[in-house]
Amino acid sequence: MNPELVGRVFPPTAPYLVGREKVREFARAVFADDPQHTDPAAAQALGYPDVVAPLTFAMVIQDLTLQQLLAEPDSGIALERTIHAEQRFRYSRPIVAGDELTAQLSISGVRAMGTGAMVTSEAEITDAAGAHVVTATSVLLVGGDE
Amino acid sequence: MSALEVGEVVAERSVSLTRESLVRYAGASGDFNPIHYRDDVAARVGLPGVLAHGMLTMGLAVETLVPWLGDSGRILEYGVRFTRPVVVDAEEGATVHVVAKVAVVEEDAARIDLTVTSGETTVLGKAQVRIRL
Repeated sequence: MNPELVGRVFPPTAPYLVGREKVREFARAVFADDPQHTDPAAAQALGYPDVVAPLTFAMVIQDLTLQQLLAEPDSGIALERTIHAEQRFRYSRPIVAGDELTAQLSISGVRAMGTGAMVTSEAEITDAAGAHVVTATSVLLVGGDE
Repeated sequence: MSALEVGEVVAERSVSLTRESLVRYAGASGDFNPIHYRDDVAARVGLPGVLAHGMLTMGLAVETLVPWLGDSGRILEYGVRFTRPVVVDAEEGATVHVVAKVAVVEEDAARIDLTVTSGETTVLGKAQVRIRL
């Protein structure tokens, strides 16, 4: 685990276009049975242009940033030795079908734990206009080399 | 929304998970870690069995609250700790039980705490949702 990762900011991910059927598929997978997640008319009645993604859908976008972190040659992070310890989301608004989202990852903390480390990463997810949608924070427990 | 009282249960449900649920979540989320669908891999890495994705448990837990809230845009923050895994047996599956209770009420926001259990085990820690009133 490389302690010099702290403060590192990654380039923004390529835009991700949120599709209505993807939102429905994800809603079914997380037992999100409220109609705002699947029925455009129900979402529109709440003032949204299309179906509203479940609260944890942001993980799909955040995952693109975690792939960047794992691909970093000097990170010292191997997926098979990594445990997802904590997850948080801070929302400005829900993700809605039709959104084109970009995520930018920064590493806000690395704390040594035995031979491994606790890594806190923040992915700031913004829409096509550049407005903040949600910040996804992950705490990963990364095992040391054996 | 009428005044909330600390300690009030605002939503509750049980969700039955099967191996099919895990495969469905893997496809929807893109998380294809085989510990979530292969017994041999789970055993090899020393797990008690095939586990539900932590993010599946986190996701279904908060959605318990949405029909009561009305608009999921009222959720300002949501966070959990993944404390214990949910083991999903190939035949029996697993049941996840969610209770959402008012923990803190402020002038324009409230904190709802989720108690998320499978059998006797609490599987998420500090599962807290901050909502706009």
